[in-house]
Amino acid sequence: MAEIHDRPPEQFTLRLRRYNPESGEAPYWDEHTVELEPHRSVLEGILQARDRYDGSIGIRCSCRQAICGSCGIRVNGEPSLACHTHLDAAKASAKDGVIEIEPMGNMPVLKDLIVDMDAVHWKKIRRVTPWLLAKQPVPEREYIVPKESMVDVTQTMACIQCGACVSDCLAMEVDPGFVGPAALAKAYRFVGDPRDDQQFERLDDLSQDPQGIFDCTHCFKCVEACPKDVNPMGQIMRLRRIASADQEIVDRNNGVRHEHAFATLVKDNGLLWEAELLPRSYGGDSWFGKFAPAAGKELLSSLPAILKALLRGKVTPMGALKPHKIPKADLQAVQAIYEKIESREERYELNLYISGEDEAPELLAAEAPSSNGKEGSAEQ
Amino acid sequence: MKVAYWPGCVSRGFTPELHGSMALVAPLLDIELVELDRACCTGAGVIAEHNQELADTLNARTFALAQQVQGAELMMNICSTCQGAQSECQERLDANAEYRDHVNSTLAGEGLSYEKGLTNKNFLWLLVEEIGLDALAARVKRPLTNLRVGPFYGCYIVRPRRRLGIDAEHPRDHYLDRVIEALGGTVIEYAGMRKCCGFPIITMNKEASLKQAGRHLGDAVDAAADCLVTPCPLCHLNLDLQQPLAEKVVGRQLDMPVLHLPQLVGLALGLDPKELGLNRHVVRPTSVIDWSSSVVGAAA
Repeated sequence: MAEIHDRPPEQFTLRLRRYNPESGEAPYWDEHTVELEPHRSVLEGILQARDRYDGSIGIRCSCRQAICGSCGIRVNGEPSLACHTHLDAAKASAKDGVIEIEPMGNMPVLKDLIVDMDAVHWKKIRRVTPWLLAKQPVPEREYIVPKESMVDVTQTMACIQCGACVSDCLAMEVDPGFVGPAALAKAYRFVGDPRDDQQFERLDDLSQDPQGIFDCTHCFKCVEACPKDVNPMGQIMRLRRIASADQEIVDRNNGVRHEHAFATLVKDNGLLWEAELLPRSYGGDSWFGKFAPAAGKELLSSLPAILKALLRGKVTPMGALKPHKIPKADLQAVQAIYEKIESREERYELNLYISGEDEAPELLAAEAPSSNGKEGSAEQ
Repeated sequence: MKVAYWPGCVSRGFTPELHGSMALVAPLLDIELVELDRACCTGAGVIAEHNQELADTLNARTFALAQQVQGAELMMNICSTCQGAQSECQERLDANAEYRDHVNSTLAGEGLSYEKGLTNKNFLWLLVEEIGLDALAARVKRPLTNLRVGPFYGCYIVRPRRRLGIDAEHPRDHYLDRVIEALGGTVIEYAGMRKCCGFPIITMNKEASLKQAGRHLGDAVDAAADCLVTPCPLCHLNLDLQQPLAEKVVGRQLDMPVLHLPQLVGLALGLDPKELGLNRHVVRPTSVIDWSSSVVGAAA
């Protein structure tokens, strides 16, 4: 580490997005060059610019060590903690050598780099009842719970409420009412807690809400944005899994029907039969699903797209009516896998956040060529 | 080079022109495709949502089948979503020997076993890392001169970076741009190029889903792109098949053709547009090619 910290100060140019809604002026870009050691943070760069050149630069910060979650911003377009991003790394990822700094997205700007967390983030957190609704009777002393179940919720407890995932949520970008990644990760904190009495009610609420767990588009933006490896999207998928498999909730947003129809079609054919997936998602997981009124209504609204696809020969009537299947012996093997795994009393899940990895990926790459030669060509 | 080839479901279902064009392009690039016709759907993340162990086991079966292909250097797919779903399962299988043994015990009945460390690459990655951009450029017969192409990556092939092996030496989230350039085209950057097409929520929140597709297409129109190119057939469904509906949601005319990656490569390598299935799209690629003369880009 010594050599990193011994590097002399260098110049870094910051391009800051400035905006004061009260001024009536449009947002604009402002450039300042600061001089700091390369391992210093972008936050220190912004603070130096504020101290030396322009005291009106708006930035929110507190702990300066990636604990308090106050200094969420976008650096070169990516959501980051200003205090957790080194100047040299930021410069390296900049398009033209100038570090571009903007406020987070999906939230209104109060001033410059400060966004209104209350209006969006905290409102959504409150939406999921973020406290324990304890099982009764409350024991005289502490609750006794299995260690594993508490380890399981530690991942969501690592959240520092910085809003980075909210900033870049692509579902929220088109549907601002989406409960969103941070709040849903927080919901798992209580859904996964064995002391909580309201697992069904919490999941039913978030499943039936058209902007709840089934509004997530599975885009991995929040996974990538999170500075604490909370994996909000992974928590949303676990909420869906428990809602569907354990609580047997059937939501009005076709979420669970879609999941069941998908799994069944692959079990029946080995491959996905797309022409059946849509009607079954609306009408129910059987061959008769497409005759349900909800499926009919949906098919009717999709008619312009379907007709065009037929007209162009993209989809043939036979292709739509008949599934493609894998060979019979293989289909039987796939079905045997389904039966074995789905008949287990408990689902077997591996969370790498908790279990860690046997060997570091670097070691894997190094040993790869010796094992069977297939892996060697991968990393070049 | 010989590869164990996983085409996916949609490339043989609703986007048959994708599988068809890959089959035509492969020999021109000296790729021998050994199709994994015994393998099943990756689950596209939905089976993992249903039951993680089930998804991991079904994909471990596919990986084991790929490892049995004699002389194959790696496994190749032509679907971003397959890549993402398979990489997620492989990450868990490769990270934990005990878990891998557990999954392999389910496969044992069929005499299959997955060994840690399979290399699985989307056609896009294979183009850049195995074939090489210079070699690709050298085979271009019909350069995409004056064709303004907007890359549309699809989420599953760009995030999360660590799982997908994206770093400074492997800038896989920029490969589509480089391939377009190598084929002689002009890369058009636009806001939605690495965003979500909306397909995963088409049955849950159709309006939000189509708004995503419509906005990205609109951004590309505003950037004066002639067409988009995507390595993901599911993105293709939302961007092309659903485009007439997306137009209604965003309230503007779009008319943006969307090409599959092997189609764009095939055009540049001199293949016939009809053979590549370009006439099969909902949005006709009239801005891409003059059908009477097969001149690319000039029609725009």
